[in-house]
Amino acid sequence: MSVVDRQKWDVVVVGAGGAGLRAAIEARERGARTAVICKSLFGKAHTVMAEGGIAAAMGNVNSGDNWQVHFRDTMRGGKFLNQWRMAELHAQEAPQRVWELETWGALFDRTKDGRISQRNFGGHEYPRLAHVGDRTGLELIRTLQQKIVALQQEDFAETGDYESRLKVFQECTVTRVLKDGDEVSGVFGYERESGRFFVLEAPAVVIATGGIGKSFKVTSNSWEYTGDGHALALLAGAPLLNMEFVQFHPTGMVWPPSVKGILVTESVRGDGGVLRNSEGKRFMFDYVPDVFKEKYAQSEEEADRWYDDPDHNRRPPELLPRDEVARAINAEVKAGRGSPHGGVFLDVSTRMPAEVVKRRLPSMYHQFKELADVDITAEPMEVGPTCHYVMGGIAVDSDSAAARGVPGLFAAGEVAGGMHGSNRLGGNSLSDLLVFGRRAGWHAADHALARTGARPHADDAQVDAAAAEALRPFSAEGEEPADGPPENPYTLHQELQQTMNDLVGIIRREHEMRQALEKLAELRARARRAGVEGHRQFNPGWHLALDLRNMLLVSECVARAALERTESRGGHTREDHAAMDRAWRNVNLLCSPTDPAGGFAAADAVRGQITLTRETTEPIRPDLLALFEKEELVKYLAEEELYE
Amino acid sequence: MATGTEPPATEPEHRGGVRSGTRAAISASHLRTDRWWLAPAVTAAGLLAFVVYSTWRAFADADYYAAPYVSPFYSPCLAENCEPMRGGPNWELFGSWWGISPAIIILIFPLGFRLTCYYYRKAYYRSFWASPPACAVAEPHAKYTGETRFPLILQNVHRYFFYAALLVACVLTWDTVLAFRDENYAWGHMGLGTLVFLVNIVLIWAYTLSCHSCRHIVGGKLKHFSKHPVRYRMWQWVGRLNARHMQLAWASLISVAAADFYVYLVASGVFDDPRFF
Amino acid sequence: MSSYEARFRVWRGDVDGGGLEDFRVEVNDGEVVLDIIHRLQATQAPDLAVRWNCKAGKCGSCSAEINGHPRLLCMTRMSVFDREETITVTPLRAFPVIRDLVTDVGFNYTKARQVPAFVPPAGVGPGEYRMTQEDVDRSQEFRKCIECFLCQDTCHVVRDHEENKQAFAGPRFLMRVAELDMHPLDAAEESGLDRKRTAQDEHGLGYCNITKCCTEVCPEGIKITDNALIPLKERAVDRKYDPLVWLGNKIRRRS
Repeated sequence: MSVVDRQKWDVVVVGAGGAGLRAAIEARERGARTAVICKSLFGKAHTVMAEGGIAAAMGNVNSGDNWQVHFRDTMRGGKFLNQWRMAELHAQEAPQRVWELETWGALFDRTKDGRISQRNFGGHEYPRLAHVGDRTGLELIRTLQQKIVALQQEDFAETGDYESRLKVFQECTVTRVLKDGDEVSGVFGYERESGRFFVLEAPAVVIATGGIGKSFKVTSNSWEYTGDGHALALLAGAPLLNMEFVQFHPTGMVWPPSVKGILVTESVRGDGGVLRNSEGKRFMFDYVPDVFKEKYAQSEEEADRWYDDPDHNRRPPELLPRDEVARAINAEVKAGRGSPHGGVFLDVSTRMPAEVVKRRLPSMYHQFKELADVDITAEPMEVGPTCHYVMGGIAVDSDSAAARGVPGLFAAGEVAGGMHGSNRLGGNSLSDLLVFGRRAGWHAADHALARTGARPHADDAQVDAAAAEALRPFSAEGEEPADGPPENPYTLHQELQQTMNDLVGIIRREHEMRQALEKLAELRARARRAGVEGHRQFNPGWHLALDLRNMLLVSECVARAALERTESRGGHTREDHAAMDRAWRNVNLLCSPTDPAGGFAAADAVRGQITLTRETTEPIRPDLLALFEKEELVKYLAEEELYE
Repeated sequence: MATGTEPPATEPEHRGGVRSGTRAAISASHLRTDRWWLAPAVTAAGLLAFVVYSTWRAFADADYYAAPYVSPFYSPCLAENCEPMRGGPNWELFGSWWGISPAIIILIFPLGFRLTCYYYRKAYYRSFWASPPACAVAEPHAKYTGETRFPLILQNVHRYFFYAALLVACVLTWDTVLAFRDENYAWGHMGLGTLVFLVNIVLIWAYTLSCHSCRHIVGGKLKHFSKHPVRYRMWQWVGRLNARHMQLAWASLISVAAADFYVYLVASGVFDDPRFF
Repeated sequence: MSSYEARFRVWRGDVDGGGLEDFRVEVNDGEVVLDIIHRLQATQAPDLAVRWNCKAGKCGSCSAEINGHPRLLCMTRMSVFDREETITVTPLRAFPVIRDLVTDVGFNYTKARQVPAFVPPAGVGPGEYRMTQEDVDRSQEFRKCIECFLCQDTCHVVRDHEENKQAFAGPRFLMRVAELDMHPLDAAEESGLDRKRTAQDEHGLGYCNITKCCTEVCPEGIKITDNALIPLKERAVDRKYDPLVWLGNKIRRRS
C-alpha cells in the first residue's frame, strides 16, 4: 500500500497564500530547498480577496505615524489580548515588508511626491494602508507569485531546472503532518487532479493554510477555508489558541442569496461611505463604546469634517473596529430597522461623485453591478455581517513562528493565533502575512539546515494509516451497515454551516452553544459514514468528505472555547455575559486533542475530541505598556496587572 | 506531478484546434448560440461596398471636379491629365506620361493607411479571412503564422502610412478651405458641399489622429510620462480618440465616399450645389 | 422570489472522451451559473469536477465556456438567459481537459516562467522607490489581471493551432511583457534585456493579428489589445522596423 511517491525537501510550506508564498521565498533565499503545496492553482489563493490594503506605519501621508502608534492601534483593536510581542514585531517590520514588495515589482497607488499612498481604515489612527485601488490582495499575491517565478528563473539559469530549489505543487491537499517521534518528518497529501497520494519528507513544515470560514453559512471565505491547517496542527499535537474569536466583517453583501456573505471592502467606509438604517439615520453614533468615546466624533458634522481635516476632528464612528460595527448592524436589524433583505444601508452615492466612486472603488462598483444589479454610484448598498476571519489559531512563538510542542512545525498568517488578540484591524492581515510569513520561512529554513545528521523519517505505518483514512469515503457504503446508509458530504456540510451560523455565530448564548456541541457530535458520527461516488480523479465530493474532518474539529474548538469564555471581547460576544471582563484579559484558551492516538470521532458531545486548558499570558513588557495613557489601561487591565 | 508546473512533455508535433488531441471531446467547432456571423457579415458587406464604389470612382477618371469642390479621391491631383483647378490641389509632379486616372497615384496612401490600420486589420482578418470569424469560433485554416512573415509582416510599416496620411489630411483640409469659394472662385461663400467637406475633414482628422501609431508617437513610447507633461496630455487626448478608432474608421470611410459622391453628383450635373451665400 | 427549472447541458468526461449530459435543475432569483453547477454537485452529480474559489470574480478560477463563450461561471448571471433556453457549459477548449469542467492550464504557467521578471534598478533601496501615479497607471491596468486565462483560451492563435503554443506566449503574457516594459523603474534595458525586441523575437508578438477576442472576453475589462498588445507592437517597430528611430538614436548618441 505504501507505494506512494516520496520526495525529500528541506522545507515544505502548506498553503500558497500571502503567508505561504512569503515563507517560501524566505526559506529559498536562505538556501533551503523549498516545496509549496496549495489546494488551488498557483496564484488563486484567498489572499486575492483582500481589498483594502496593507497596514504599515510608513508615515507617507501623515508623518505622525510610526510603529508605536500602529502597535497601540493593534492592541486596542484586539482588546489587549494580543500576543504583544507579535504585535510589536508586526508594527516594526511591516514597512520593510511593504517596501520590499516594490523591489519585486509591486505597483501601489502613489502620493503626489511619488511615494506609496496610504488610506484610512477602521481602528487605525492615521492613514496607514498601502493599497492598489480595492484590489490590494491581488497585487500582493501576484507580486509574491512573480517573485517565486523570478527565483525559479535564477535557479533555471544556474541548474537548468526551474524547480530544483523551489517548487509549487498546485492543486494538492495535505491531509496529515507526519512525525518521527515528537518531530515533524513531512506531510502526506493527495493530488486533486489524479487522486494519487504523495509524501514530501522534510524536517520543517510551515502551515499557512488560512482560515475556517467555510464552517459558517454566511461567509466571505472561499471553499478552501476549511480549517485544514488548524486541524493538521491539532492532529500533529500542536495546540490551538483562542479559537472563540471569529471576526464577522460588518459589511458583506446580503442580496441576492447566492452572493450572500461576499465582502464589501472596509475602504468604502474609509473613503467616506456611511451606514444608515431604514429610517435613514446614521446609527453608528449610538454605538460608540466607552473605551473609544474620546477617539470618535459625536456629531455628523464633526465626522464629515474629519475626511478633510483629520488633525482637528475626530473620526466618524463608521470607522470603529470591525467587531463594534458588526454588532451595531446586528442590533439595528434585530430592532426592526434593517433594509428589505435583512441588512443596513451603506451609502457612497450621496457622498462622492460617481467618477470618484468608480476610480477609488472599481471592484466594488463592478461587484455590485454584476452580481446584484445595483449601481453604487446612484443607490446605497445593502450590507450585513459575514464571517470573515479567525483570530484564533495555532499557538506559536512570537519571534520564530514555531508551533508549540512540535519541533519542526511552523505557522504563519491567519492559521496562526495570537497576533490579533480578540479582533483584527482591517489591513493588519496582509501585513501579518508578510511579517510572519517571512519569519516562519526564515526559522523553518534555519531549523532544516541546522540538521546535518540523519533526518526525521516518515515511516510506512503512518503513511498507510493516512492513506486508509483518505480512502475511507469510497468504502463508506457497506461498512457497518447497522449505522445507517452513507451520508452525502454536501448535506453534512450544509448542516454544519447552519449549526455554526445559528448557534455559534455573531451573538452567542450558553444553551445554544451546548446545543451546537451536541449537533457537532452527531455530525461527527454521521461524517464517518460520508460516502462518495465516482473515482479519485478530481472528485469534489471526495475532497469535501475529507475536509469535513477538519471543519468538524475546528468547529468544536470554536464552540468549546466560546462556551468557556464568559465575557464579551472583540470577536466573541456573549449575550449572557455582555461586558468585557478585565479578569479574562490575560487568559488564553488552548485547545488540544483529547485523545491524540484516537480516531477523533468521539461521539460524546460532552467530552468530544477537544480538551481546553486555560493559560495566563505573559505580562506586557513595561516599555510597551508605557506607550498608553494610564486612564486607558485601567479600562482593559486587571488591577494586579497595573501595579506589578 | 500536479497541474503542469513542469513544462509539457515535448509533445509529438501535434497540430490542430479545438477538436483535436487532448482537448475536451466536442464535435462542434463552436457552441455559440447567438448570431455571431452577423458582425463579420456586415463588416464584409460594408467593406466590399466601399471597395466596389471606390474602384469604380478611382478608375473613372471623370466627374471629380466641380468648382470649387474636388473629390477627395483625386486630391492632390499629381498628373498632367488632371482637370485644371484654380488654387490647387493639382501639381503636375508626374508629367504627361501618366495615362490612367490620377486618383491611382494618391489613393495608394490613404489605402495603405487603412489597410495597415489596426482596426481595419481586425475587420478584414475576421470578415474576409475568417481568422477567426468570431471569438471562440474555430477558424477554417490548417495553419496560421499571423503577422510573423512576408507579406503580413509588412503591417509593421503602418506608421509610415500614418505620416503620409497626415500629409493627405493637410491637403484635404486645404480643399475644404477652397470649398469656401463659389464656382467662380470668389472667396467667402458656402454651399451644401462645403458642409459635406467640413464634416468629412473633421472625421478624417479624427480618424487619422486616433491612430494607434499616432498614440505611440505622441507619447505612448515614453517610459516616464511625468517627465513630459505636454506629451502626456497629448497622449491622453489621442487615447480618448483612440478608444473610438473603430467608429471613426467607419464614419470617415463613409464620409469620404459621401464627399466624393457629392462631387460626382454635382460634376455630372445631376443637381446643382445648393448655395447658402 | 421566483424559481424555475432550467435546462442545462454540461460536458462530462476526461481525456479519453466524454460528451454533453442533460440536466434539469432548479434556479432561484439572483443566481449565477456557478450556483447551478454547485446545485448539480449537491443533488445530482456529486463528482462533477469544477474549479472555483472566490465566487466574486476576483480569483479567476471558474473559467469555462457557456453557450460557446469563454466566461467566468461566477460572474454569469442566470438572468441573462431565456428561461426556455438550454444552457451549455463546457470546459475551456484551448487546453487539454482533465475532467468535466477542469482543464490543464499548465501552458500558462510555462509561459509565465519564460517572461524575465522585473529587474530592480541598481542603487535604489527598499523604501526609496519614487514613482508618480501617471507613470504607474498603465502597468496598474495590466496588473488588474486575475489570470483567469480566458484570453489565452479564446485566442485563435493557440486555440485553433496547437502547434503555435511553442512560439506564442498568448495575450496574458504579452501583456505581462508590456507591463514590465512600461514599469517606470524596470531596469531590464540597463541589464542588457530588450523587452521590446524579445516581445517579438521570443514571445511571438507577431502571431497576434489584433482581432481583439482577448479584450472581448476579459472579465476585468482590461483593454488588452489597445493598451498592451498594440503599444507593444509599436515598440517592437521602434526597435526593428523604423529607420527614423534608429537614425534618431544614432544621432542622439553621438551628440
